[in-house]
Amino acid sequence: MQKPYAIEVNDLTVAYRFKPVLWDIDLKVPEGVLMGIVGPNGAGKTTLIKAILGIVKPVAGSVYIYGKPYHKNRSRVAYVPQRGSVDWDFPTTALDLVLMGSYGRLGWIKRPGKKERQGAHEALEKVGMLDFKDRQISELSGGQQQRVFLARALLEDAQVYFMDEPLQGVDATTEKAIINILKELGKAGKTVVVVHHDLQTVPEYFDWVTFLNVKKIATGPVKEIFHDDNLAKTYGINFQISEATQS
Amino acid sequence: MMELFDFIQQLFTDYTSRTIGLGTIVLGIVSGVLGSYAVLRRQSLLGDAIAHAALPGIAITFLILGVKDSLFFLIGAIITGVIGTLWIMGITRFTKIKTDTALGIILTVFFGFGIVLLTLIQQMDNANQAGLEDYLFGQAATLMEEDVFIMASLGGLSLLVVGIFWKELKLLTFDPQYAKTLGFNTRFLDVLITSLIVIAIVLGLQTVGVVLMSAMLLAPAAAARQWTNKMGVMIILAAFFGALAGITGTAISASMANMSTGPTIVMVAVTLVVLSFIFSPIRGLLSRKIRELKSRKTLRKSKTLSVMYQVAINHENYDHPHSFQLLNNFRGFHKSCIRELRNEGYIAVTPDKQWKLTKKGFEEAQNLYVQKNE
Repeated sequence: MQKPYAIEVNDLTVAYRFKPVLWDIDLKVPEGVLMGIVGPNGAGKTTLIKAILGIVKPVAGSVYIYGKPYHKNRSRVAYVPQRGSVDWDFPTTALDLVLMGSYGRLGWIKRPGKKERQGAHEALEKVGMLDFKDRQISELSGGQQQRVFLARALLEDAQVYFMDEPLQGVDATTEKAIINILKELGKAGKTVVVVHHDLQTVPEYFDWVTFLNVKKIATGPVKEIFHDDNLAKTYGINFQISEATQS
Repeated sequence: MMELFDFIQQLFTDYTSRTIGLGTIVLGIVSGVLGSYAVLRRQSLLGDAIAHAALPGIAITFLILGVKDSLFFLIGAIITGVIGTLWIMGITRFTKIKTDTALGIILTVFFGFGIVLLTLIQQMDNANQAGLEDYLFGQAATLMEEDVFIMASLGGLSLLVVGIFWKELKLLTFDPQYAKTLGFNTRFLDVLITSLIVIAIVLGLQTVGVVLMSAMLLAPAAAARQWTNKMGVMIILAAFFGALAGITGTAISASMANMSTGPTIVMVAVTLVVLSFIFSPIRGLLSRKIRELKSRKTLRKSKTLSVMYQVAINHENYDHPHSFQLLNNFRGFHKSCIRELRNEGYIAVTPDKQWKLTKKGFEEAQNLYVQKNE
C-alpha cells in the first residue's frame, strides 16, 4: 500500500456570499516537504489554509491529513495565524501565550502543568525568545511577536504545520530564525505549508511551491515548476522572474 | 463624613442597610468579572444593548403576572435580552449592516418598546404598577433579602462556570480561530460567555437600571486593565473595583438624603476609571508622561555632552575651557541641562564663566561617541 500523503485536499471550493474565492482545489503534499503558497492579493492563500483547518466553512471538498479526515486527525496539525489576527494588547505574557499551544492536547477543563510549562520554555528557547518569557506581549516587537506565535505552534508538537505569512513585516533576525526552524522541521520529517509573499526567496526557502489564484495553477517541486510560465499564469501575462531569483 | 461612618456601622447592625450593601457588593463582583470578558472581547456596546433590551422583558412579565416579582422579572429580562443579542448577531451575520449600526438599531427599538409598555402599564388600573419605572435608573432601596439571595446564587454560579472554563474562555477571548483549530467548540464557548454576560447585566437591573448598567459592567474592568498585564489579576481587580464602587456608592447615597443609589455607584466606578487612567504606574497617562520627559532629558544631556566632546577634541588637552557662546553656535543647549551636567561632575565651570570637560565627562562622552559610531 502506498504511504498516505501528509496533506490531501480534494475539490475544495470556498465562496464568500456569491463570489467564489477558491475553486476546485486539489492538492497532494508528501511528508517532509516545505511548501510555499504564492499568489497575488486576493488569490485566496489565507482562505485556503483556513478552509483546510475548518476555520472557514467550504462549500464543497474534503481534507485528509495522513489519510484521515482532518477533524479526526486535528492533533497532528499545528497552525500559526497571521500576526494581525489578534489583539496584542491582550493582558498576557509571552510564556502564557505559548502555553496555549498545549491546550489542544490537554482537552477540556484540564489546566497546563509542569510538563506543559517545561515544553513552553523549550519552545521559546528554540525561537530565541526565552529571555522575553515574562514580557507583556504588546511590549514585543513585530518580529518577536511572530516568533512567539511560532513557539506556540511548536508546542503543539504536530506533524503538519500551516503558517500564514510568518515572514510578513519581520526583521532580518526573525526571518533567519524562522527559516532555520522551518528547515529543522523539514529535516525532522514534518510537513510545513507557508503562505508567502516574497517570490525572490521561494527557491531559497522552500522545496515545494503552490501557485494559487482562486484556482490552483500548479503544485510541485520548486526546481520543476518555479518558472516564468507558471508565474505568468498566476500573476498576469508579462511577469518575469527577476534575475535575483534565477541566479 | 459622620454619616459615612454611621452607614458602615449600620452595615453590621441594620437589616436593610446590610441587605443593600451585600447586594451591591455581589453585583459589583459579578459585573466586574464578566465585564472583563466584555471589554477584552470588544463587546462593550453589546452589554449596553442587552441592558436596554431587557426593559420590555420586565414590562411584559408584569403585564402577564400583574404583580412585581423580581425573580420572574429576571427571567423576562433574560429572555428579551437574549432575543436582542441573537437579533444583533443575526443582522451582522446575514446582512451587510455593520455591528455598531445593528447595536444602535436594536438598542433603541427594544428600549423604545419597553418605554411604550411602561407608559401603557402606568395608565392601567393596577395598584401594583408603582415603582416599575425604577428599573430605568435602578433603586437599590427596593432590594430584599430574596433578591440578594438570587443575585448571590446566580452570580456565584456564573463565577463558578468562569472558573471551570477558565482556560477555554481565555483562549476564546484572545484567539478564537486558533481555539477552533485546537478542537474546541468555539460556538459553545461563545454562547456560554455571552449568556454569562447577559446574566451579569440582568442581575444589576434592579439596582443600577437598564440605562446605566453597561457602565457598571465596563468601568471596573476598564479600570482594572490599567493596573496589570495579567488576565487573572485583571479579573480579580475588576471584581474588587466593582465591589468597592458598589459599597461606596451605596454608602454615599445613603448618607446624603435622596441621592439615587444606581447613578451614585456608577459615578464612583467611573471615578475609579479616571483615577486608574491617570495614576496607574504601567499604563497611566501620568507615568507615561514622566517617562517621556525623563528620556527627553537624558537624550538632551548626552547630545550636549557629545557636542562638547567634539569641541574638546580639537585641543590637545580635553579640559581646555570654552565659552558658552560657542555652544550656542553649534546648536541649542539648555541652561538646566548645563547645570545638571555640572552637578553630575561631567563638566566644570571656570571663574571667568567658561566651561570645560572633566576627566569623567570626557570619558563618558568618548563612550557615547564610540557607541554612536559603531
